[in-house]
Amino acid sequence: MIPTDSPTSQARPGTPVGVAPAGNPEMPAPAPEHHDRSAWGLWEVFVRSSRGLSHVHAGSLHAPDAAMALRNARDLYTRRNEGVSIWVVPADAIAASDPDSKGSFFESPQGKDYRHATYYTKSEGVKHL
Amino acid sequence: MAAQNLQSVPAELTPEEDAAGQAHFDRIIAEDSRIEPRDWMPAAYRKTLLRQISQHAHSEIIGMQPEANWITRAPSLKRKAILMAKVQDEAGHGLYLYSAAETLGQTRDKMMDDLIAGKARYSSIFNYPALSWADMGAIGWLVDGAAICNQVPLCRASYGPYGRAMVRICKEESFHQRQGFEILLELSNGTPEQKQMAQDAVNRWYAPALMMFGPPDDDSPNSKQSMAWNIKRFSNDELRSRFVGMMVEQVRVLGLTLPDDQVRFNEDTKKWEHGPLDWHEFQEVLAGRGPCNAQRLERRRAAHDDGAWVREAAAAYAAKQSAKQQKEYAA
Repeated sequence: MIPTDSPTSQARPGTPVGVAPAGNPEMPAPAPEHHDRSAWGLWEVFVRSSRGLSHVHAGSLHAPDAAMALRNARDLYTRRNEGVSIWVVPADAIAASDPDSKGSFFESPQGKDYRHATYYTKSEGVKHL
Repeated sequence: MAAQNLQSVPAELTPEEDAAGQAHFDRIIAEDSRIEPRDWMPAAYRKTLLRQISQHAHSEIIGMQPEANWITRAPSLKRKAILMAKVQDEAGHGLYLYSAAETLGQTRDKMMDDLIAGKARYSSIFNYPALSWADMGAIGWLVDGAAICNQVPLCRASYGPYGRAMVRICKEESFHQRQGFEILLELSNGTPEQKQMAQDAVNRWYAPALMMFGPPDDDSPNSKQSMAWNIKRFSNDELRSRFVGMMVEQVRVLGLTLPDDQVRFNEDTKKWEHGPLDWHEFQEVLAGRGPCNAQRLERRRAAHDDGAWVREAAAAYAAKQSAKQQKEYAA
């Protein structure tokens, strides 16, 4: 006989498909529901880890709308108290700089040391400056 | 300068542009810096990453099954809660990795379809059955332990999105291994029957866990290129040897033994050695002829089909809300 590890009563009568086994109705069942169908767009997720800090890019996910994107982001990126606030942004709404234009887009800092405090040696030894 | 989309879609380039791209790529690899989605990359690099990351994602998704099957039979509420958290983590890990793979230009639907159609590979380890409760311990300790050994160096993989996903995964994975170790320790300190159950589980999972590192170095054709590209940092045999060294220490604390009387530290090479592994079995399981391949794929297919109405309902609801908003906006 082929060994198997399925519980003998795999079917749970009366349990609607897609409902989590735990008591928390907010918690989605693990895998399939998150997956993209063509109508589900890509969202970029930004998480504020604690008050006083900026939102930082955490990753991306698929969701049919902003409300579901937020819920999915909570379940996917803050399972261990990683955040106090989440932003979700449609990925195609983000404009990004062209990586190939590094030379021209980001102007060379060469010869512009005077933009940094460390350039000014004469201030050494002077207090509170 | 044109504004860019975030995802990487390879465009048709002139030979000059390709040459410049290759030079830029080579420089980044030589500096041990990171390649990001919009960067030029060799087609073979993209293909290798896509294969590795999607297989890794599939492994996490299929890897939910052996443990999910034990949630209803876990011996206490605490153990059920732990197991559910672990299975939820595996789902999360799969999703982080699918996102990383998508930045290489593959759609998630395609990856999902390939998995369900049986065209995609995943780690051979998940095609072995979890036969007793002690297997939850052995899987956590040995399988997740081997995964961590493999994955920690991947945090420094040269492809940015992959490395970032791995950092997140590794942080969460250590709880998985510790809970497995604890299950085995409790069983080992229990009744003689419980201790025997723990030993039996370790006996069955030891060799498959060692094979998780992949074929021996001289039989691993892709390894060399992956290491040259800074995707892989250590060879399969190197990682396997390290893992054996860690396990040989830990198994003593468990009061159990490894089913391998050839484990020894080679003073000359300064490496841990182990007994021969059945690579024929490894190839058979990879080729789809393992004990649980059919069961795992069937379950994944069923879950996907059973969830179809949820996906459709969510999309329909979103469309309806959007239409409603548009109407209000127009009015």
